Amino acid sequence: MVWDWLPEYLPRFAEGLWITIKLFVLSLFFGFALAIPIGLVQVSGPKWLGLIARGFCTLFRGTPLLIQLWLLYYGLGSVVPYYPGLRESFIWPILVEAFPYAIVAFSLSVAAYEGHVMKGAFQSVPKGELEAGRAFGMKGFTLLRRVWFPRAMQNVLPTLAGEAVLTLKSVPLASTITIFGVYGVGSIVRQETYRTYEPLLFVGFIYVCITALVVVLFRWLESRVPSESQM
Amino acid sequence: MPLPVIKIYSYMNDTDVSQRDNHSETTAVHVEDLHKSYGTLEVLKGVSLDAHDGDVISIIGSSGSGKSTFLRCINLLELPSAGSITIAGEPVKFKPSKRGEMQPADASQIQRLRTNLGMVFQSFNLWRHMTVLQNVIEAPVHVLGMTRAEAIEKGEAILERVGLYDKRDQYPAFLSGGQQQRASIARALAIEPQAMLFDEPTSALDPELVSEVLKVIQSIAEEGRTMILVTHEMAFARDVSSNVIFLHQGLVEEEGTPDKVFNNSSSERCRAFVKSVH
Repeated sequence: MVWDWLPEYLPRFAEGLWITIKLFVLSLFFGFALAIPIGLVQVSGPKWLGLIARGFCTLFRGTPLLIQLWLLYYGLGSVVPYYPGLRESFIWPILVEAFPYAIVAFSLSVAAYEGHVMKGAFQSVPKGELEAGRAFGMKGFTLLRRVWFPRAMQNVLPTLAGEAVLTLKSVPLASTITIFGVYGVGSIVRQETYRTYEPLLFVGFIYVCITALVVVLFRWLESRVPSESQM
Repeated sequence: MPLPVIKIYSYMNDTDVSQRDNHSETTAVHVEDLHKSYGTLEVLKGVSLDAHDGDVISIIGSSGSGKSTFLRCINLLELPSAGSITIAGEPVKFKPSKRGEMQPADASQIQRLRTNLGMVFQSFNLWRHMTVLQNVIEAPVHVLGMTRAEAIEKGEAILERVGLYDKRDQYPAFLSGGQQQRASIARALAIEPQAMLFDEPTSALDPELVSEVLKVIQSIAEEGRTMILVTHEMAFARDVSSNVIFLHQGLVEEEGTPDKVFNNSSSERCRAFVKSVH
């Protein structure tokens, strides 16, 4: 094995790492923010809204993320420039970047998977505890914020940690739409140095480190909420 | 067929007339001609109740008589099909739904009125992600808008009273059933309700834990707090109640002082029921 290329490419890996983490964290954030209402309306919302949410989950969980990514970037992204007036508008600089498309695609995917998880989580909260909230005069949002949501999160954190790690490991797909995260930089190294396995090993090593970090972070979160299983 | 409506008026114990005289003019809960149906099954067929301040009203009856449903209708956890409810002098506003059933006309009114009623459930229903003290201060802080410091001070005093001060930082999962029920009584007391509603508070408890909970309920009754209590503990109902209602198949079959209901009932069914549970 030859590693003499590494010092030269380290700064680029650092840039790649930043992009990977940015994509991962933002997708997780927006995706989870969407997952909460998606889970909730399936349990308590109006029927038609629940059906839409369920359809969304089924569709996005049932198709490969790679295809969603390509349809969004190459499909929608190639239609958008022909929309009249858009080229002159202020959002044009965003639309020509690949990164926002990746954020949208990854967020929707996260929303679909975690929306499904959250549906089960909301369902698993005992009816009696919600009833107690209502009996003490809580209005809908207070009940959600103080009882339903925290109670739902309590036992679902390990599942969400697993989903987060899976999301992290699909970030390399973004390299197919010109986003050079850690994996993208690894491909550049391969093309420029004709070394195949060392860059791949190095990329894998970086992913293991991020995964470990994510797991530790979720463990810490779990330790802060008392769970039922600690009984 | 005319629907029987029986009104329950408060009877005062000689021992604490002085205490109750202060509030005897106000009615904490007034229910008139309450009906509740599930589909074609009519569970309540016109039940009325008046709970004046200081009254302790026990509702007894065999399972399926509708007593829990009646209690849950009072704070609108179940929606009545017909009838009227007045809480703390304020009538609950209803409007007919599309299917002709009753619907609350004003959700915020119901949320406000519920804070006058402290509910204690059969299965405790403590919020399990909160400690005992957090359970107790939750509604005062996040519903009534009390400051945290004030709520904690009052909450700790209440926990002291129910004998759970040393358990205040424990999670419900670590408590016995009796302790959990006492915590849930503390939670109900913390909103300083005009009336307490107890829905079979000892039915989910192991026999040896029943008395500690009954003692707490009795001490609350003795300080003159209005209570409506659904219970299977006949001896207890006889001791603490100012009034007893015997429900049978969704109707008030007998009502009056404990002495009348338990010893001198004119109702054959009531006598049979009292005999069967003694």
